[in-house]
Amino acid sequence: MARRIVVDPIPRIEGHLRIEAKLNDQNVISDAYSSGTMWRGLEIILKGRDPRDAWAFTQRICGVCTTVHALASVRCVEDALGIPVPENARIIRNLMNATQQTQDHLVHFYHLHALDWVDVVSALSADPNEASRIAQSISPWPKSSPGYFKELKGRLQKFVESGQLGIFSNGYWGHSGYLLPPEVNLIAVAHYLEALEFQKEIVKIHTVFGGKNPHPNYVVGGMASAINPESDRAINIEKLNLIKDIIDQTNTFIDQVYIPDLIAIAGYYKGWLHGGGLGNYLSYGDFPETNVNDPASFLWPRGAILNKDLSTVYDDVNPRDPNQIKEEIAHSWYTYEGGDDKALHPWEGQTTPKYTGPQPPFENLDTDKQYSWLKTPRWKDNPMEVGPLARVLVAYAKGVPEIKGLVDYVLGHLNAPAAALFSTLGRTAARGVECKQTAGFMRHYYDQLVANIKAGKYDTFNADMWNPDRWPNDVKGFGFTEAPRGALGHWIHIKNKKIEDYQIVVPSTWNASPRDGQGRSGAYESALKGTPMVNPEQPLEVLRTVHSFDPCLACASHITDMNGDEITTVKIV
Amino acid sequence: MKKEASFAEILEARGVERREFLKFCSLMSVYLGLSPMLVPKVVHAMESKPRIPVIWLHGLECTCCSESFIRSSHPIVADIVLNMISLDYDDTLSAAAGHQLEAVRKQIMQDYKGKYILAVEGNVPTKDNGVYCMVGGDSFENVLKETAKDALAIISWGSCASFGCVQNAKPNPTGATPIHKIIKDKPIVNVPGCPPIAEVMTGVITHLLTFGKLPELDRLGRPKAFYGTRIHDKCERRSYFDAGMFVETFDDDGARQGWCLYKMGCKGPTTYNSCSSIKWNEGISFPIGSGHPCIGCSEPNFWDNGPFYSRLANIGFTGSDSNADKIGQIAVGAAAVSMAAHAIGSAVKKSRENKSTPAPAGKEE
Repeated sequence: MARRIVVDPIPRIEGHLRIEAKLNDQNVISDAYSSGTMWRGLEIILKGRDPRDAWAFTQRICGVCTTVHALASVRCVEDALGIPVPENARIIRNLMNATQQTQDHLVHFYHLHALDWVDVVSALSADPNEASRIAQSISPWPKSSPGYFKELKGRLQKFVESGQLGIFSNGYWGHSGYLLPPEVNLIAVAHYLEALEFQKEIVKIHTVFGGKNPHPNYVVGGMASAINPESDRAINIEKLNLIKDIIDQTNTFIDQVYIPDLIAIAGYYKGWLHGGGLGNYLSYGDFPETNVNDPASFLWPRGAILNKDLSTVYDDVNPRDPNQIKEEIAHSWYTYEGGDDKALHPWEGQTTPKYTGPQPPFENLDTDKQYSWLKTPRWKDNPMEVGPLARVLVAYAKGVPEIKGLVDYVLGHLNAPAAALFSTLGRTAARGVECKQTAGFMRHYYDQLVANIKAGKYDTFNADMWNPDRWPNDVKGFGFTEAPRGALGHWIHIKNKKIEDYQIVVPSTWNASPRDGQGRSGAYESALKGTPMVNPEQPLEVLRTVHSFDPCLACASHITDMNGDEITTVKIV
Repeated sequence: MKKEASFAEILEARGVERREFLKFCSLMSVYLGLSPMLVPKVVHAMESKPRIPVIWLHGLECTCCSESFIRSSHPIVADIVLNMISLDYDDTLSAAAGHQLEAVRKQIMQDYKGKYILAVEGNVPTKDNGVYCMVGGDSFENVLKETAKDALAIISWGSCASFGCVQNAKPNPTGATPIHKIIKDKPIVNVPGCPPIAEVMTGVITHLLTFGKLPELDRLGRPKAFYGTRIHDKCERRSYFDAGMFVETFDDDGARQGWCLYKMGCKGPTTYNSCSSIKWNEGISFPIGSGHPCIGCSEPNFWDNGPFYSRLANIGFTGSDSNADKIGQIAVGAAAVSMAAHAIGSAVKKSRENKSTPAPAGKEE
């Protein structure tokens, strides 16, 4: 007989997510419901404020993927006001974005996702000599001696014997879904700790340019960090050396720790190819070599794929087009003036919270009605998956040589066909591929910045439109980025020098959204369907697939204003 | 009850040498501004206490506090979560999910009644029966109250938990409310900042572990050790302020020389935090050091004290309190007034080529 399980809270994510799933009598997930259970009202708060401040407010949407909303926001305001940024600002922003993506993916793999594949307690029965042999066979990473693993195992033993398991308390240790041998588990625990210590180094690049991390500072019109090789209070050779050193260390860590671990772990799980889901993928693209309005220059290409068909990439993705991206609220706790069955483009969007769910405390949501603080975005009426897998597939299908090479390298090592990418494991592997590619971008931008400084080009800021007296009275703008979790768009309406309306459609809204008016699921819900559970009391499989998307719920649950205003300026790229 | 190992025993088990342990205790003592005579007390405390259980709840927030926490350089976060505290419940790092995770929370509340630390990241939406933040099918407000009941003390991480932060900015659509306005019968340390500096966060925890009591707090509930002085007072660009040398626009000649950002809206003169002393990410920089004005992210209501790029003079320049109602805080207004006067004084002095140091800036809150 069918039963329903609830997983709430879902840990190792950002924000508050609840999954309810129906199981058939073979314990296979027959249906799933994804609910965002928090809402903060950021866009309401933005109304009436100075558009130059918007980056700081929107950045606080998320402190895990810190920086991405700030970047999308400054691009959005610059787009509305017609402000081109100096080349150095483009380069520095790209470098900071690449830094964010690299660090975020590393933290995700080891600290948010690994425990879905790695049994920490099993590591206690590892043979340190064998762990060393395996580690040395897959990587030249120097911390791999028998003594190193013996010492770690001893520490782990003492930790477990203390009886205070801390973050590892009540985990699903010993679950038959864990397939790694003890030695690989021990290696993974070692690298969990090493990555925890190393991740804080990567973000220092943000600190150089933005003064702090999390939440480095941005500025509309460029970057605030001035360049002056003759000053100790600006970007000079000492700062550049620090950045170069961090970039080198980061690339080494990814090449020698992350990628070998990913391939080794995936090798044991390549029979577990559940979680494919929608098969529709969307990427706005990012990392412009010229400017943000020139998608042809993006290092991560823009495009869409439907029905897992890699032979066709739809190149006409245009977030400004009122007919392409629309948000529905059929199963969301909002109401639309003019009918809750409407689908609205963000520039015409409206959101009024209207909670119709059960009053807390409750056992179950009524998933036939509204059940989430997330809205339901659609691209040309299609539910889409966004994120690393979407980006990698679009780039792969478009034949971007480095991505094709990396994907084929990983698939070759696993002796798996390209179709294996349409899975939870494929999503996790794509994130690793992307991390390596993006770490390479860091070198690229460092080189670009140094070349500019060498040529005497120091400009980081365009002051022409800083003074609001020069702004047009009524304009709209669009800004975007490919955040670690996927395509992120900001839409702004500036009227009388103030924010009239601000709308955000974030990656986790695409992926974690509830059903649309036609009853069609989003990416999480689709991916969970058909997954067999070993033990419904221990929802390891649910965590595995949901985590493969890297959920970010503070981002996903957002709101816009109550007014739909006529537009005066709409730019269609 | 299981065997409880002390901090020192666990460090020893981890292969940390005694010398390193003593060095760590000395370093923490320096950070906490303690006399060297107290170092043995720190050592003793670390040697004899079991790891204290910590339940870390997340309300309306963005997780920047957790992210900052894992950036700590001394001690590193692995040492904290594995050796110093027992982080038994944390949405961000916990292995278990759903009811297994909730079971851990309830177990700790029962086994360590009155002995666990409750750390709270984010705040409480109080409107509409709490439906704007729900955890495990209950409102965050209920979960918070339940967990706070038997806590030894509460740490309010960041500006969200301490003062309200961004979701509490006007018009505060969810009724977001800081922790100390919900829980009134427990000792609470406010550790504001968006986020707080990593070493400030670990410093607060270490102080609690070491001395078994809260650090001394100011009138806003902040540890004096880290929020006792204004960013302006220790700013590396202070000499340019005193000399009246200001950045007029980003990337101008003054910006490239690292002059004072006061005219770009810097809130350093009214912001109490350690950014200009401890700095960020292992001392690499801080906002002003990287050319951006301080936005005052550790001060109450800083989101509504903007716009960020307007200089403080805009909130009251004449020396009267006529604008105080606008900002809602006479103290901040007064400080701003005297800062504006101070800046003008500096500029005037500069024009007269008077090299003497101007009078100390604004009155303390």
